[in-house]
Amino acid sequence: MATATYDGVEVEVNDEGFFTDPSAWREEMAPIIAKEMGIDELTPDHWRVIRFVRDRYLETGGGPTVRVLGKTSGVTVKELYRLFPKGPAKEAAKIAGIPKPVGCI
Amino acid sequence: MSTVAIIGAGTAGTLVANRLAKQLPRNDTIIAIDLDNSHLYQPGLLFLPFGKANPAKLVRPRRGQLSQRVTYIQALVTKIDPKENTVYLVDHPPLHYDVAVIASGSKIVSDETEGMTGDGWLKDAFTFYTLEGGTALRNRLENFTGGRIVVNVVDMPIKCPVAPLEFCFLADAFFRDRSIRDKVEITYVTPLDGAFTKPVCSSILGSMLKDRGVELVTEFNTGSVDYQRNTLVSFDGREVPFDLAVLIPPHTGAEYVFHSPGLGDDFGFVPTDPKSLVSKVAKNIFVIGDATDLPASKAGSVAHFEGEVVSHNVQHFLNGESLEEAFDGHANCFIESGHSKAMLIDFNYDTEPLPGNFPLRFGTPLLKESRLNHLGKLAFSWVYWHVLLKGRDIPLIGSQMPTSGKRFPAGEVRSPLSTQSRDR
Ligand SMILES: Cc1cc2nc3c(=O)[nH]c(=O)nc-3n(C[C@H](O)[C@H](O)[C@H](O)COP(=O)(O)OP(=O)(O)OC[C@H]3O[C@@H](n4cnc5c(N)ncnc54)[C@H](O)[C@@H]3O)c2cc1C
Repeated sequence: MATATYDGVEVEVNDEGFFTDPSAWREEMAPIIAKEMGIDELTPDHWRVIRFVRDRYLETGGGPTVRVLGKTSGVTVKELYRLFPKGPAKEAAKIAGIPKPVGCI
Repeated sequence: MSTVAIIGAGTAGTLVANRLAKQLPRNDTIIAIDLDNSHLYQPGLLFLPFGKANPAKLVRPRRGQLSQRVTYIQALVTKIDPKENTVYLVDHPPLHYDVAVIASGSKIVSDETEGMTGDGWLKDAFTFYTLEGGTALRNRLENFTGGRIVVNVVDMPIKCPVAPLEFCFLADAFFRDRSIRDKVEITYVTPLDGAFTKPVCSSILGSMLKDRGVELVTEFNTGSVDYQRNTLVSFDGREVPFDLAVLIPPHTGAEYVFHSPGLGDDFGFVPTDPKSLVSKVAKNIFVIGDATDLPASKAGSVAHFEGEVVSHNVQHFLNGESLEEAFDGHANCFIESGHSKAMLIDFNYDTEPLPGNFPLRFGTPLLKESRLNHLGKLAFSWVYWHVLLKGRDIPLIGSQMPTSGKRFPAGEVRSPLSTQSRDR
């Protein structure tokens, strides 16, 4: 298991960089993780999605897929891709310190 | 003197109605509701495009599949009111129930994806997930002489998640038999990060695609279908051109779920307790089959395994007893791999599909192609109409997943009974 250090705190991540323990996440870590992924600034729109994704995870135990985000986060899918160009579900999950969302079977 | 109303008389509704007919006291009333009288054998849709199924033979009257004891109402359900214990229907008075069973399945929503149903729909793009679509695709494949075929799963969840992969395997075999395989490119485009969701199975299915020369495009979230250029465009701007697109549109639950207060989630699937199959909205509403929000496959075999638990729990509820927490997410699916071979996968909530043998006397191989499995897939049609829908148990295949015979990854040793006692 790999580790990464954000905001002076060492956390465990999997080989793709997703947190293995979501409770280790702090808001202050988000901009640092985002920068690593090429997102230089977290705007209020980014935060809206990040908080939504994290709340959903805490509520349901899973990160939402793009389709769920588009339907329920109040941000359209097109806009989501503008905010998180490499894939909103994955990128927002990584920044929000939750495991990678998996499509259901 | 209780009334059980079952909404939907497809696979799950029919088998649960027939189980209850055998189980409940004579003075209880069992009502099954569906909007038409055509019960479609959906697994046959996979074979239809390749001329290997006769569309007329895939459909039988719904009434004929239901026990004489069951009252059949043909009407469209528009709403359930869980607080009033009432089902509302078109051209029929509202029905009061003591227990409702939601068995209204899932439907495909092709207009959710931008452009999909535009002017190339049913000309250059088809879905085999409906009888009309499968029939139209058959006519197109019949005349296909070469070019680029793209099979695209737009989003999960879908019914029978292996069916689109099976389509690729069968397409490969179909064009080989016609000696034009070298003129046809086949590409499988999926939103997942591999051929399938579960890791071991995903890598085996991925290499089967490779062996057959099927190109795999992953993490592709289809944003629109552009028929001007016959191209799939993803939300992040990637493009996959096609001459013929075989599309599996997104699914939702039935329309009335969206109009029933508190019943469904954002996609019209009904939040359901994973073990007892009671709905989260009301203690007297149970859910079975594709209509649930459970992380189990949307497959007929799953509905069959759920049927035992739901029918017992309806009875427990009516008797004021506590519910069985018995469902483990068991699914058992044949994967047709072309040229009269198939694989069998067997899995549940906790255990992904693994290689090994299904514990029958003749040792049906798991996650491995064999002719025996192909015969199993063909026999499934008979089993479906005569055993599964009738609400009978399939001999030797219990509702809980067997762990014996499976080759678990090193370090993970389980006794044959362990799934029964394990918590999720
Ligand atoms: C191409 C394809 C291949 C498949 N292959 C396999 C396979 O090999 N093995 C396998 O196990 N499964 C397979 N499946 C999946 C299987 O067919 C489904 O999982 C199964 O039919 C689900 O049963 P259900 O009762 O939940 O839904 P359905 O059988 O779809 O029944 C739902 C019923 O509810 C009715 N309904 C909906 N809304 C209303 C309303 N408002 N009012 C009244 N009635 C309503 C519908 O008319 C329908 O009859 C396949 C599916 C497809 C599409």
